[in-house]
Amino acid sequence: MIPAQFDYIAPGSVEEAISALAEHGDDAKVLAGGQSLLPILRMRLNAPGFVIDLGRIGELQGITEEGDTLVIGAMTTYAAVLASEAVGTHAALLSKAIQTVADPQIRHRGTIGGALVHADPAGDVGAPALALGAEFVIAGPGGSTRTVAGDDFFEDLFTTAVGEGELLTQIRVPKHTGWGAHYEKFVRVSHQWSIVGIAATVRSEGGSIAEARVGLTNMGSTPLRARAVEDALVGQPATDEAVRAAVASVAEGTNPPSDLNGDSDYRKHLATVLTRRAVLAAAGA
Amino acid sequence: MSRITVIVDGVSYTDEVEPRTLLVHYLRETVGKTGTVVGCDTSNCGACTVHLDGTSVKSCNVLAVQADGHEVTTIEGLSENGELHPVQKAFHECHALQCGYCTPGMIMQACDVLKNNPNPSEQEIREGLEGNLCRCTGYHNIVKAVQQAAGELSSQAVSS
Repeated sequence: MIPAQFDYIAPGSVEEAISALAEHGDDAKVLAGGQSLLPILRMRLNAPGFVIDLGRIGELQGITEEGDTLVIGAMTTYAAVLASEAVGTHAALLSKAIQTVADPQIRHRGTIGGALVHADPAGDVGAPALALGAEFVIAGPGGSTRTVAGDDFFEDLFTTAVGEGELLTQIRVPKHTGWGAHYEKFVRVSHQWSIVGIAATVRSEGGSIAEARVGLTNMGSTPLRARAVEDALVGQPATDEAVRAAVASVAEGTNPPSDLNGDSDYRKHLATVLTRRAVLAAAGA
Repeated sequence: MSRITVIVDGVSYTDEVEPRTLLVHYLRETVGKTGTVVGCDTSNCGACTVHLDGTSVKSCNVLAVQADGHEVTTIEGLSENGELHPVQKAFHECHALQCGYCTPGMIMQACDVLKNNPNPSEQEIREGLEGNLCRCTGYHNIVKAVQQAAGELSSQAVSS
């Protein structure tokens, strides 16, 4: 199938893009890498009158370092994030998760910002971004910008703090230099969406866990951060037994979906198994 | 309608297209590059894989207007002076096809894999081709062909 007819707008700057959004309001859709939006348009799940393509806005692409923070432009492709030595060194968890996204062709086009704003709960970028304590810079009308903390960014299924007339412009990731990282994704076929995914990054000291961050994919309507498990892991030796006990409650308070891939209870069980594996791998055990 | 200029297999084309036109339909129906096929039409199967500015993409998942000002290589642009590209030759020699429908996309993606990793392991080849489905399940000979092409390309690199 082909999409319904729309008018195409390709602004050259964030300012122009915001103006186009203001003009066309909810009859417009923003096109980032298009790897989720184009299938949606083709299947006619959405039929906007206008598509605003951010692909020609150079200022939204690229990765820079500002002191203890990595600044990733919203239109940076998955492939560019994977190719970044800075991300590999200072936010390895992001690289590990993005390696599992879809397939190479999709990773060449798909963007980190597009994925975050699309906010599919089975997408693999939200959980590591939350676990790393990322902040999200959002541009609005009149040159305004605001910064939203991770916990306030994801609001519900396919819904984020990015409002109508606004654009996500940057993801700011605090450096986690020297932290081990692992993303444990459970799927039936290789380029499927996560049935459950666990993002874990760990700072080790002398064989035990000094600090840990854990994010959960597809365990509810938004990505989640498992703070109780993070606290329980502090000071534990990186052994199967100790980690198993510390992560046992990871599914408490979550509300994962039931679908053809498994019911809610199955996902809760999976989460405990995958979290143990992810934490142990992140700790190098 | 939007006016776009795209270099396809080394030739520049300027055309009026509807913004909703998918790149794969532009290539097949306007430019006439029917070597690139539509498989699943849901961005899963990879049969429509082409190179956009030298990088593999699924052309059913890109709008033609997004390719404006860019360069596309299809399966029809791989051979040089009537000589098959080493990956095409290896697919032929290793019988890396059964019905042949996935072959254009498989070859384009195999070229991308080898560009980034000239000497891939079997596992790396399989992971590099994870977005390309062969419904005849003929993966074994496809992997063998990519291995043979890797050897051919690296010996070319040494001798040149």
